[in-house]
Amino acid sequence: MNEYNFAYLDEQTKRMIRRAILKGLAVPGYQVPFASREMPMPYGWGTGGVQVSAATLTPEDTFKVIDQGADDTTNAVSIRKFFENTAGVKTTEETDKATVIQTRHRIPEAKLTEDQILVYQVPIPEPLRFLEPRETETRKMHSLEEYGLMHVKLYEDISQHGAISTSYAYPVKVSGRYVMDPSPIPKFDNPKLEMDAIQLFGAGREQRIYAVPPYTKVVSLDFEDYPFEATKADHPCDLCGAEDSYLDEVIMDDTGNRMFVCSDTDYCRSRRAAGHVGRLAEEDAA
Amino acid sequence: MKPLLQVKGIEKRYGARIGCTEVSFDLYPGEVMGIVGESGSGKSTLLNCLAGHLEPDAGQVVFDTRADGPMDTVTMSEPARRMLGRTDWAFVHQHARDGLRMSVSAGGNIGERLMAVGDRHYGDIRDKAIDWLGRVEIEATRVDDRPTAFSGGMQQRLQIARNLVTGPRLVFMDEPTGGLDVSVQARLLDLLRGLVREMGLSAIIVTHDLAVVRLLADRLMVMKSGHVVEVGLTDQVLDDPQHAYTQLLVSSVLQV
Amino acid sequence: MIELKDVSKSFTLHNQGSAVIPVTEGASFRVAPGECVALTGASGAGKSTLMRVIYGNYLAASGQVLVGGLDVTQAEPREVLALRRETLGYVSQFLRVVPRVPTLEVVAEPLLALGRDRQVALDKAAPLLARLNIPERLWALSPTTFSGGEQQRVNIARGFAHDYPAMLLDEPTASLDVQNRETVLSLIEEAKARGAAIVGIFHDVAARERVCDREINVSEFTPGVAA
Repeated sequence: MNEYNFAYLDEQTKRMIRRAILKGLAVPGYQVPFASREMPMPYGWGTGGVQVSAATLTPEDTFKVIDQGADDTTNAVSIRKFFENTAGVKTTEETDKATVIQTRHRIPEAKLTEDQILVYQVPIPEPLRFLEPRETETRKMHSLEEYGLMHVKLYEDISQHGAISTSYAYPVKVSGRYVMDPSPIPKFDNPKLEMDAIQLFGAGREQRIYAVPPYTKVVSLDFEDYPFEATKADHPCDLCGAEDSYLDEVIMDDTGNRMFVCSDTDYCRSRRAAGHVGRLAEEDAA
Repeated sequence: MKPLLQVKGIEKRYGARIGCTEVSFDLYPGEVMGIVGESGSGKSTLLNCLAGHLEPDAGQVVFDTRADGPMDTVTMSEPARRMLGRTDWAFVHQHARDGLRMSVSAGGNIGERLMAVGDRHYGDIRDKAIDWLGRVEIEATRVDDRPTAFSGGMQQRLQIARNLVTGPRLVFMDEPTGGLDVSVQARLLDLLRGLVREMGLSAIIVTHDLAVVRLLADRLMVMKSGHVVEVGLTDQVLDDPQHAYTQLLVSSVLQV
Repeated sequence: MIELKDVSKSFTLHNQGSAVIPVTEGASFRVAPGECVALTGASGAGKSTLMRVIYGNYLAASGQVLVGGLDVTQAEPREVLALRRETLGYVSQFLRVVPRVPTLEVVAEPLLALGRDRQVALDKAAPLLARLNIPERLWALSPTTFSGGEQQRVNIARGFAHDYPAMLLDEPTASLDVQNRETVLSLIEEAKARGAAIVGIFHDVAARERVCDREINVSEFTPGVAA
C-alpha cells in the first residue's frame, strides 16, 4: 500500500497539532509544547514546519515552499514534492496564488493577505535560551514576564560592538506580552511580522508551536537611544532594480565581482515580468 | 516607627531534624542584624527561609512593602516575591558566582536589575553601572569585562553593586567575606559599612566570623542546633554573653 | 539626666563550673545636667562594669538605669541604639577601629551616624584633633598604627565630636602628657558648662578633683560588704 493519509500524518496527530495551533493563536507568542512526530526527514530539516503545514492544509489549498526566499533550492523542492505526493494539493511558486506558504528563514516581499497562512520553520524557539540554559527558568521568565535578561543581551551587543549586532532571529514582543523568537529571519523582515495573514511557527526537534494572529502588534526589542533599524545591503537588485527587497550577495568569479539579487525569487521574477530592469539585466541587454 | 521586617515563629524541618525553629524578631529600618553560629546551627537555613529561597514549615515573614504595607512574604504569590527580590530586597551570596552572571559583562550584571524593572535607555543604564562600579571601588574601565576576569574580592564587590543598584531597603548577606583574603575582607567590610549607612539599609548578615558582626551588625542573634540561644545588641552579646554557648563562642575567638 | 535605681550585676561563667561572680548590688545614684560624678573604688570593684551597665553594654541583673528618661534595661534595641547616637556618649579606655578608615573620619563618625553633612562633620572633627595635638599629616591615616597615647586622644576626640547631653568617660586622661591632659579637662569643663551630665572614672586624683563635683565609691555597692 503506498497511499498516504492526507498530508502524511494520521488524523489524531493532526488533531493534536491543530489544538496546539489554536492555543498558540489564542495566546500570541506563547510557545505551546506538542508531541512532535517522526517525519521522513531528519531533525533540523524543517520537520516542525512540515508538521504544521500538514495539519493546516486542506485539499483545496495551494501550497508554496521557500527556503531563504528561493523556491528552487533542494529542500524547498523536496518539501513541495512531499506534499504533492502525500496531499495531492496544487503547488505554486507565485506568492499571490498560494494559500499556505511554508518558509525557512524569510518572509516573502509581497504583502500577504487575510486569505493566506505563513508557516515558519524554527530551529530554537526559545529566545532566552542562549542566556539562560535552564528550561525551568525560561518558562518561569515567560510566565512572569521577566524579560530583563533579553535586554541584557542587547546591552552586551552595544557594549561590545557599538550597536545591536543581532542581525537575524531578532527578538520581538508580541501583543505587548510574550517575547518571541521570530525564527532566523533577517531583522530586515521584522516589520513585516505585523501582517494580515496568520503566522504559525513550528519547531519539530524542540517540540514547540507558536503563532501570531493577523493584525497583532509585534515590536522589535531595542533601547530608547539605540532604536531598532531594519537594515539591508545598500544596493538595488541587480536583476530587477528593486530597492526595497532583501538581497543575496552572490560572488560571481574569483576576481571579486559580485552581484546583489533579491532573495525572494518570485518577487524578482514578477518584477522582471512587469518590465523592471536592474543593472546586470541592462548590461546583458546592452 | 513601623518595623521593616517582622519574623514570627519561623520553623524549617528536614524530616525529623530541625533546620531552625521558633525564630522571631523585628527588624527596623536602618538596623543591621547579625546571625552567628557554627556549622549546622541553622543560620543559613534561616536566612534562606527569610529571603524566600526556602519555604518554611511554619511562621511568617512580614515585610513592609512600599505599595501594600506589611505583607507576609511566605504566602505571597511567586511573581510578587520575585519582584520583591529584584527591587526592595537584595541577596549577597557567599560565592560571587552564585550571585552574578559570569558570561555577562560587569556593566550588564549591574544593569540587569535596572533593565528588569523597565529601564530602556542604554546610555543611562551604562552611566549608572559605571557610577556603581566606582562606589564599590572597581575601575570604570572594567565595565565591559566579564566577572571571570575579576579577582574574588572584585567579584564580591560587583555582586554588591549588582544588588544595590535598585536601592533595596533590605539586604540579606550569606557569609559575605567568606573565602576572601583578610585584607580583602577588611576592604569589603568597610565598603559595606559605608553603603549601609549611606543608603540607610537594613541588613541581615549570616556569618560565623564574630569580627564581622562586631563591625557590621547593631544586633546579634546566636544560633545553636537550630535554636536561637541569645539575642541582643551586638556589643552586649559579645562583651557580656549570658548563654553558655555564647560564652564559649566568644572565648574561643583567638585574639590577634 | 542619669539615674540608677537599685542596679545589680553579676557574671555567671557557664563554662567554668557555672561560677557566679557578683559585682554590684543595690547601686543607686543620680547625675544632674552639668554635673560630673566620679566613680571611685579599688581596682576590680566594679567601676567600669557600672559604666558599661549604664551604656547597655552589660546587662543589668536587676534595677533600672534611666538616661534622659529612657530605661536602658527595658528599652528596645533600636531605642538604645538611638540613645547612643544622640544622647549618651561613651569614651572607653581603648580605641576600637575599623582598618582603613582615616583618623579624621573616625572622629567624624558620630556626626555622620547622626546624618550630618559629610563636610560639616569633617570640619567639626578637624579642630578637635588639632586641640588634642594630633598633627594634621596623620589625619588621613588610619589610627591603627598610632601610639597608645595618640590612639587615646583620637578616641577622646571622637567622644567629644557630638555634644552629648550625657557622657561616660573611662580614664580619659590615662597615658596623656600634661598638656593633653589639660586639654581633655578643658573639654570636660566645656561639656559641663553646656549642661552635660558626666560620669567619669579618674585614677588621677588631681584630674578628678578638678572636674568632678561629687565622688561615688562603688565599693558601697559591692555585695557582701557591710553597709
